[in-house]
Amino acid sequence: MWFEQVLFFLAAFGALAGALGVILLQNPFYSVLSLVGHLLGLAVLFLLLAAEFLAAAQVVVYAGAVMVLYLFVVAYIGGTDEPLRPERGGVALFGPVFAIALAAELCIAFVASGLQALDTRGADVGAGFGSPGQIGELLLTDFLIPFEAASFLLLMAAVGAVVLARRRRGLEDEGTGPMRSRDDVPPTETLEVRL
Amino acid sequence: MDVTWYLVLSAFIFAVGAAGVISRRNPLVVLLCLELMLNAGNLALVAFSRMHGSEAGQVFALIVMVIAACEVVVGLGIIVAMYRNRLPIDIDEMSELRG
Repeated sequence: MWFEQVLFFLAAFGALAGALGVILLQNPFYSVLSLVGHLLGLAVLFLLLAAEFLAAAQVVVYAGAVMVLYLFVVAYIGGTDEPLRPERGGVALFGPVFAIALAAELCIAFVASGLQALDTRGADVGAGFGSPGQIGELLLTDFLIPFEAASFLLLMAAVGAVVLARRRRGLEDEGTGPMRSRDDVPPTETLEVRL
Repeated sequence: MDVTWYLVLSAFIFAVGAAGVISRRNPLVVLLCLELMLNAGNLALVAFSRMHGSEAGQVFALIVMVIAACEVVVGLGIIVAMYRNRLPIDIDEMSELRG
């Protein structure tokens, strides 16, 4: 029992520290690495909540594949340091205040919701709860339509990303890569937005 | 551990993500903060699924992960397109849509 509590607080600390690291570190590269730590902490929490398959998917898909995609883009566009407190004023200074208010409001909403089961460890579940077999059965029976819709959405996102980020024909025809400097571009071409 | 602990933690993570979305300027970091908010929602879904003893919440968390992956792919595609067009990688500068 105490082992579960120790593990929860370790994982919760890791997840929260990772989240704070994402917004407090200046270099986007370190922000991405911090998010990987956050995701690993969250995977441990999923394990504590008896969501084995979700924890595995979180580590493999999220902390693995998606974060590698982020790292590729950060390396491609070159992560530039951004001053944390720029001369912006207005909305940006409002951020921490908004966050504290939001956290307080959500906590009040959760704790004061009057749900009796919130103060328990949850319903009794069997050994197979959250296993890949159970999740797969649910996906192919009760949640077949969301499952198929998600697969279509993935396909659309993949095609959309290719369309968005592919090399433009106009650039390739001139035999120059996308990395040439702005001075090489004829003046008429710079005015046209190639999205 | 009580379910309340998990829910309070998810509220904190969501608030941290919201603060980042509001106060950071690099669109890459803004996307990361959106991931934080989606993950906080996932944690709450899984905690409620444990509370009710039903796996439906876990299935929805899985779908949310799919949606997050789609959002990341399209967002990163837009950032790469911004870079290719030599637009500034700064959301404060990209304000044409405000009219």
